[in-house]
Amino acid sequence: MSDPILKLEGVFTNIAQYHILQGVELTVPRGEVTMLLGRNGVGKTTTLRTIIGHWRAHQGSVMFDGQDITKLPTPAIARAGIGFVPEDMGIFADLTVEENMILAAMSGAIDDSRLQWLFTVFPALETFWKKDAGTLSGGQKQMLSIARAMIEERALYLIDEPTKGLAPAIITTMARAIKELKQQGASILLVEQNFAVAKALGDSANVMDDGRMAWSGQMSELTQNAELQERLMGLSMEAH
Amino acid sequence: MSAAPKHAPTMAQMSLAERLAPYAPILLVIGLVIAGFLAIPATSSWLTLTVSGLAMGMMIFIMASGLTLVFGLMDVINFGHGAFVSVGAFVGVSFLLLLEHMTGAPNLLWNLTALMVAIVGAMAATGLMGYAFERVIVKPVYGHHLKQILVTMGGLIVVEQLIIVLWGPEEIYITRPESLKGAITFAGAALEKYRLVAVAIGLVVFLTMRYTLRRTKIGLIVRAGVENGEMVQALGYNLRMVFIGVFVAGSALAGLGGVLWGLYQEVITAHMGNQTMILVFIVVIIGGLGSVEGCFIGALMVGLLQNYVAFLEPKAALISNIALMVAILMWRPMGMIPVVKAK
Repeated sequence: MSDPILKLEGVFTNIAQYHILQGVELTVPRGEVTMLLGRNGVGKTTTLRTIIGHWRAHQGSVMFDGQDITKLPTPAIARAGIGFVPEDMGIFADLTVEENMILAAMSGAIDDSRLQWLFTVFPALETFWKKDAGTLSGGQKQMLSIARAMIEERALYLIDEPTKGLAPAIITTMARAIKELKQQGASILLVEQNFAVAKALGDSANVMDDGRMAWSGQMSELTQNAELQERLMGLSMEAH
Repeated sequence: MSAAPKHAPTMAQMSLAERLAPYAPILLVIGLVIAGFLAIPATSSWLTLTVSGLAMGMMIFIMASGLTLVFGLMDVINFGHGAFVSVGAFVGVSFLLLLEHMTGAPNLLWNLTALMVAIVGAMAATGLMGYAFERVIVKPVYGHHLKQILVTMGGLIVVEQLIIVLWGPEEIYITRPESLKGAITFAGAALEKYRLVAVAIGLVVFLTMRYTLRRTKIGLIVRAGVENGEMVQALGYNLRMVFIGVFVAGSALAGLGGVLWGLYQEVITAHMGNQTMILVFIVVIIGGLGSVEGCFIGALMVGLLQNYVAFLEPKAALISNIALMVAILMWRPMGMIPVVKAK
């Protein structure tokens, strides 16, 4: 196996007086979809935010593509090649869909062929191109948020719960988009509560509990082992 | 089991009030002008007061626009903003006094050239000063409102005293360039030339700013940063650098406002900037923190109302702007054009 694209070693992150991450170990292999799973409040979002630099690791290291990015400022981390889709989508509501996308193309003008591809993945974006992003529906905002990260090629995408609160038809669209992204050779670290989606997309899986990695392995191992699911996440396939 | 009722949603057209709501602030300015027209007996007086109010509004806008962006973008309350107004006025007026042979000649081109030199000099000086102010005074107190208020107030006092050290404690009287003195008569109303120039400059600043914010990438970064700075950083933009740029530009604009305000009052003092800050803060608050359009409309309302009320009921002029602020905040507590904060 080649070098992993991202490696977290012994990462501790505190928010105010709370010790949220307590020694997270995480490896994201190149060209795969790596799932980050776990119950609410175990530190999945904090892990992503620590990688992108919104929160700072107090201990441990974050290596991206052989480079230590633990202490880099967020813009430098993004420019190193990491696209980020936050849990709250981070849409600029006062800007139009077009303006949101122009901003997302950090290296200059939007590449038209890539934009056309995104329009085929998310047709709603073309329909509402000139509209304020704040007027979009929840699903459309999520599409915009992901499209924004995808408008330029990144080596790694951090995507936080892209299907949260979305209708099944839109979840299918999202899953297809992430698959296409993977086919292009990108690596993806995906936080997902919807186990069916995780099962369909994930190559490897990491389950967090209480600020630590409780289990890491292949996604197929996890999906086939109901007892393991029950123990790690308090769920089993029967529950879904 | 009975069948579910047929799905037939009622799609009512939005009421007139709902459709007008986004334009309410602009309509309010127009309403104010019409109310002034109805309340002021002579049309010529009304016209004079309107131009005067617009000129005053434009100058306040120029001084306030930087402040609103600085607050919206980085959540920094800069009570020292008035220092840039004062310094701008002193530097600008010093240039005008040096160029007296140009300002004294009855030649419009020479006069305007001298005015431009004064404006560019003042903006360069206050822009540089803004850079130093941000690095030395504001940078250590990001994220702490109380500290920001205290330390920027302190910065203001230091700058005011430095002005006294450099230019002396006396107020300086300044006459306007020769061609900008006096008034032109239009429809029986006397319109001061200088005020018309101030309106023109204010409009140019507003339109340039609007263009920059709407049509350029740096403008997009600023607007997006006001809404969600964290996300802008995650898209790869160094918001801190952008913010320093905005701070410098805002300081330079305050300097421009200082030159215009000084020539408007025809006298400058070290405390003039601080004195205008009350109006500036009112404008920033009623406009909606972080909103340049709101700031522009708010400034026009403050300028117009002040002039109309001072004519109709001089004693009420003192409270008219505070009353306006209270009324606007009761109607829209986040200001007229609130900028969504997703922080």
